[in-house]
Amino acid sequence: MNLERITEKLNILADAAKYDVSCASSGSKRKNENKGLGNASNGICHSYTEDGRCVSLLKILLTNHCIFDCAYCVSRKSNDIKRAAFTVQEVVDLTINFYRRNYIEGLFLSSGIFKDADTTMERLVQVAKKLRTEHKFNGYIHLKSIPGASDELMREAGLYADRLSVNLEMPTEEGLKLLAPDKDRKDMIQPMGFLRNEIIHRAEEKKLFKKAPMFAPAGQSTQVIVGATAIEDDRAILYSANHFYKTFKLKRVYYSGYVPVLADNRLPALNTAVPMVRENRLYQADWLMRFYGFKVNEIVNNDQRHLDLDIDPKLSWALRNMHVFPVDINKADLQMILRVPGIGMLSAQKIVSTRKFNKLNWEHIKKLGVAVNRAQYFITCNSNSFERRDLTGTRIKQFILAESQSKYLKNKPDQLSLF
Amino acid sequence: MTTTLVYDGTFEGLLTAVFEVYEHKLQFVKLVKGELHNTALFDSLMQIITDESRYGRVLKGLQKKLSASGMQRLYVAHLSGIDDADAAVLGYIRYVFDAEQNIEEDYGNRYVMRVSELVKMMRREKHRMEAFVRFQKLQDGLFYSVIEPDFNVLPMLIRHFKNRYADQKWMIYDLKRKYGIYYDLHQVEYMEMDFTEGQGAGNVINSFTDDEDGYQHLWKNYFKSVNIASRKNTKLHIRHIPKRYWKHLTEKI
Ligand code: SF4
Repeated sequence: MNLERITEKLNILADAAKYDVSCASSGSKRKNENKGLGNASNGICHSYTEDGRCVSLLKILLTNHCIFDCAYCVSRKSNDIKRAAFTVQEVVDLTINFYRRNYIEGLFLSSGIFKDADTTMERLVQVAKKLRTEHKFNGYIHLKSIPGASDELMREAGLYADRLSVNLEMPTEEGLKLLAPDKDRKDMIQPMGFLRNEIIHRAEEKKLFKKAPMFAPAGQSTQVIVGATAIEDDRAILYSANHFYKTFKLKRVYYSGYVPVLADNRLPALNTAVPMVRENRLYQADWLMRFYGFKVNEIVNNDQRHLDLDIDPKLSWALRNMHVFPVDINKADLQMILRVPGIGMLSAQKIVSTRKFNKLNWEHIKKLGVAVNRAQYFITCNSNSFERRDLTGTRIKQFILAESQSKYLKNKPDQLSLF
Repeated sequence: MTTTLVYDGTFEGLLTAVFEVYEHKLQFVKLVKGELHNTALFDSLMQIITDESRYGRVLKGLQKKLSASGMQRLYVAHLSGIDDADAAVLGYIRYVFDAEQNIEEDYGNRYVMRVSELVKMMRREKHRMEAFVRFQKLQDGLFYSVIEPDFNVLPMLIRHFKNRYADQKWMIYDLKRKYGIYYDLHQVEYMEMDFTEGQGAGNVINSFTDDEDGYQHLWKNYFKSVNIASRKNTKLHIRHIPKRYWKHLTEKI
């Protein structure tokens, strides 16, 4: 191993890949039945970057050479940066050796487009194939599909990878036209459709024949960049995500707050802050759509084009729908309990199972992990104390904000003393 | 009057103690791990001798009234070794035998609640260890790791690492509790090692493979490269990787 050279490549190609946020390694169940190396089951975050994001995969580009010129991308053709390229074998060695030391759950491999879509895609597939067949590697592999690659290559990719993603990059077609004029949204959507059909088809096959090969068992995901243009409000973003969940059966849509890396008059200025709160609200909203039974138009609509930044989308929905509250914790069905601010999935389920034994009062509810300081405004239970049914939404918001503020102030000194 | 039951610290021993509680209709009991030394300190004291025919009966009784995961939870709570864990397990078991129906989800009961808390703590630490183990490759091909978890989770790690690293020899050593688990390509065994002679830890470092340094260096570099400086969030970082784990994390040393 030529350590110096590999180090330099790794620095360049990890640095260029870090803006891709799809790092999750869950959703697959690849067992180690061949006495080989690794398994892919429940995603494990092996480390966390100093910005607090999870590190579970070796996330790199095969190369940052690119024939395209997307405005938001560091690897764009017109950007004057150091270029590098890994060989197939180098990526394989890094993956195996990192995996054996328990640094990672697997590989996330993406690439700038060199020569053309198929040549690039073919190289990505080669890496995955080598890992699976030569090294009996059962760890997680996520390949980023290159828009415009042939169906044949996509099919092969699906046989080796756990997850495939085609990044939409911009949530809307107009946004893409503006910032990535070389790219065509059709080239992204076509492979998504192909993969959806293939995944459904293969899953049925697998039901019939246990031995049928797995095909992208963790499904497909995509990523959209948030805040690179002003034309895309949260409504546009969430409607687009919802459409892709429904139509293409995507497992995840990732929202990536735009990090200003280039001066370009189509983009926010270089000193613009990364829209981290907005990104976080989008994930919360996404969560509500996927797991909490919210419809997209309950979260964003013509009256609510942007998510609130000061409160989370569930609280925001509750305050706009005071007429459905208070909810009786001892009677309401799970779906309704899930809609109460301060009650998460786990505590909602616990409420439903525990109330079979006892009528729940505040004491019980607190013990079950409910954030009572929020939930108290929206529920009743087997107790007469502190019911506040006649408060307006605005007042409740003030109370909750005031409390979280004072909590923040109270915590601050000892958090600082940590360093 | 409180009776103190001294048992050997194993789960089987604990269940044997439970048997005695019922056998002698004891009301108030205290469970203590270890050997009987100074009997004068206690009023009423009983040495429990772990006995299969006794704990077997308790186990059977429990199995009738609990699900498999309920049983597992009791074991894990006990494994935690936390001060009140045994008392919680005992309280839980008593509640199980008193009740007509399955009580596993009655979180209104303090013992059920406490066991669930203990299990949660254990699972969290187990999960953290699955993430934070860092193997180093030795010349003889062994992948070696040292950890210092808050709780005794090593036994809970066996399945995960055995399934994952089926084709490499590995060892995980708990420095705090002074024992390890070792996989020899066939099975996992518990083992003890003595580092006090000055040869242990130092020798291990001398016997790294040639490329071990290289991969550690690459991993550290990778860790730096993926950071996005403009998003720095130290509070979040530390919440995810508490500082007490850092000294065994290659990327944080
Ligand atoms: S095609 Fe991909 S790598 Fe190339 S400039 Fe566009 S986003 Fe960047």
